[in-house]
Amino acid sequence: MAAPADARVLNMHNGGDVTSLDPHKVSGDWENRVVGDIFEGLVTEDVNAEPIPGMAESWEISDDGLVYTFTLREDAVWSDGEPVTADDFVFAFQRLMDPATAADYAYLQYTIKNAEAINTGENEALDSLGVKALDDRTLEITLENPTPYLLSALTHYTAYPIPQHAVEANGDEWVRVENIVVNGPYKPTEWVPGSHVLTEINENYYDAGNLAIEGVKFFTLEDESAALKRYRAGEFDILTEFPTDQYQWMQENLPGEARVAPFAGLYYYAVNTQQEPFTDPNVRKALSMSINREVIGPQILGTGELPAYSWVPPGMANYGDPARVDWADMDYGAKVEEAKRLLEEAGFNEDNPLSLQLRYNTNENHKRIAVAVAAMWKPLGIEVELYNTETKVHYDELTKGILDVARAGWLADYNDAFNFLQLLETGVPFNYGRWSNEDYDALLDEQATITDLEERAAVMKEAEQIALDQSASIPIYYYISRNVVKPYIEGFEDNVFDIHRTRWMSINE
Amino acid sequence: MLGYVLRRLATMVPVLFIAVTACFFILRLAPGGPFDGERPLPPAILENLAAHYNLDKPLIQQYLIYVGNVLRGDLGPSFINEDFSVAEQIAIGLPYTMIVGGLAFVVAIVVGVISGVLGALYQNRLPDYLSAAIILIGLILPNFLIAPILQLIFGVELDWLPVGGWGDGSWEYLVLPVVVLAWSHAARISRLMRGSMIEILNANFIRTARAKGIGPRLMITRHAIRPALMPVVSYLGPAAGYLLTGSLVVEQIFGIPGIGRFFINAALNRDYGMVLGTVIFYMVLIVVLNLLVDIAYAWLDPKVRTR
Repeated sequence: MAAPADARVLNMHNGGDVTSLDPHKVSGDWENRVVGDIFEGLVTEDVNAEPIPGMAESWEISDDGLVYTFTLREDAVWSDGEPVTADDFVFAFQRLMDPATAADYAYLQYTIKNAEAINTGENEALDSLGVKALDDRTLEITLENPTPYLLSALTHYTAYPIPQHAVEANGDEWVRVENIVVNGPYKPTEWVPGSHVLTEINENYYDAGNLAIEGVKFFTLEDESAALKRYRAGEFDILTEFPTDQYQWMQENLPGEARVAPFAGLYYYAVNTQQEPFTDPNVRKALSMSINREVIGPQILGTGELPAYSWVPPGMANYGDPARVDWADMDYGAKVEEAKRLLEEAGFNEDNPLSLQLRYNTNENHKRIAVAVAAMWKPLGIEVELYNTETKVHYDELTKGILDVARAGWLADYNDAFNFLQLLETGVPFNYGRWSNEDYDALLDEQATITDLEERAAVMKEAEQIALDQSASIPIYYYISRNVVKPYIEGFEDNVFDIHRTRWMSINE
Repeated sequence: MLGYVLRRLATMVPVLFIAVTACFFILRLAPGGPFDGERPLPPAILENLAAHYNLDKPLIQQYLIYVGNVLRGDLGPSFINEDFSVAEQIAIGLPYTMIVGGLAFVVAIVVGVISGVLGALYQNRLPDYLSAAIILIGLILPNFLIAPILQLIFGVELDWLPVGGWGDGSWEYLVLPVVVLAWSHAARISRLMRGSMIEILNANFIRTARAKGIGPRLMITRHAIRPALMPVVSYLGPAAGYLLTGSLVVEQIFGIPGIGRFFINAALNRDYGMVLGTVIFYMVLIVVLNLLVDIAYAWLDPKVRTR
């Protein structure tokens, strides 16, 4: 089917280099933009990133919430004309969990029965995975526990089907542009590592007739300043990031084009709860209370990030308002006084100052925040050593528990509060501060067995409150997405997952 | 000459071997690994990945596997860009780097030599001052400052040239990166050429040539430039190396998919295979370039040939 007459290729600044087109081998949001345009799961995202039917036209959920039965759409076909079958999904999920694939993000689908055991090598029977083809068009997924966010998780690229026939024909090279077979609205036609991926309409896609963009050229360019110049020169239609110090300028000179919107993500400082004196919750509380969050978004970053007083960002599905620290609404001066008192109680004062190392990975914004926080802690007599390393080293050391206080962040993978709460669970690798609380862990275990959404939310909120009361970690601000979009682009809706599939966009020049 | 070239090539082998060995172990000693990141992976997945890339084996065994593969001509897989081997990525990036670096090399020599000669001939006059000003900018301002300024002026404000990208490789995409890359080298060459030329113009054999009544044009082109080029030629080896390996910043700013960008990303991402592969490639390139310069030097200076 031909594209509409006014269709043209969209030039999109995509940040990092796309390292693969294989949904099981990617991990970045810049790769998601490409892979999510060329593949489609059982469920896909609408213009607001909400789950809608994709390859599956409908589904049924068993009463106990453990079995999902999907009916695939009749017109679901691969770009080479072969039908997309339930077996392609079975093949894909088994491949995802197969340790030999070494898929980075396989754990996102651990909620499927036996997935974790297979992926960790405890269970070698791939066919024991809870994903079965009942017939060509019917797929059954059985879960370990009721998972209210399953549909959201199925929009993730780890849940995309893989064309079994293409993989069997070409092995690892199935993913080369000349071999690749896809089922999404677009298909790749050119891929120059380090430069760009170019796509065009997949004419076998069931909704190809409604696609208004002819294709996308996803440009690799990590230098945000250079990207902004190219945008100004008309070489890019969309920027997926911009230098925060240019926001003010853009508001004045490119009114309405620079768009910041709440993003389901949390910027926080992890505190080593296994090391004196940070084992004392009051010391952690003092550190948290004395950070003036209200100035960080508007003044230090300049893009207006909202201060975070909860562990779960607002707006997560089926959760309502998150729990909050009980001191959130105090006047900042009073917070500092209380923080001083708490430190005094813990034995720290001018004569015996608290010394700590504040770690952050190389990034101008992380540095600005660290410098500001160190200045906020100074009146409390806290002596701060700023410690900057490149990202790989930073996270390597955090994972090994080498930290006093360290910058970290988390962006939601799926629309559920659990995605954030699990960061503080005992023993998980993301729990950099190694905070451990039996009640908290028990509540998280309990939520996994509850099918009633309200009841489950209440249990999770109880857990969140424990973490906040204990100052398990220091939430600082909720992330925002930063895009720059030409006024002639329509269908680019800001949303909390910052997912904007080309399928919904058009150009009105 | 052939024997000399072969001897020089033979010395490459131990040098390469030592460099690869050192690089291999230094890389592994550096903190952070290829799979560390903002999203730490569960231990089971990390084990899967480690096994996939032989990282679960003792270091010495990993080294022997790597060296064995290299000797068979296999630079191995990239740890990050999984769909392309290291050799494929180098092959993909090479044309871009060679075109931009090669053009910059030519521009640097032509501009550097001409401005150096003019500076020497018109000492303390307008052409000399102009050339000095350009040299100064090239020497003082680093690439990462010159590039955005030129992008802003010629790309955004005047809209004469693309701000970045490769396009179809047409000349307008090449102008800014080549100018930025060539500038500092042209400046160094110009400075060398000017100094050398002034020295030559005051040399006895030039005075003798003048006394014999040789015209100024012939004297400069035939008698002065060739000996004056000697220090410039000595600089060309390192310059070519810098231009072909040192275009990292330019490739990054202009979004050119050359090897430099792969190298930076590989180093930051601890892509061991890619870092080692590019190091091997660069080393071979630099040794070959230095060899070519030595040959050129011998051609220019008969004394070197007879040595």
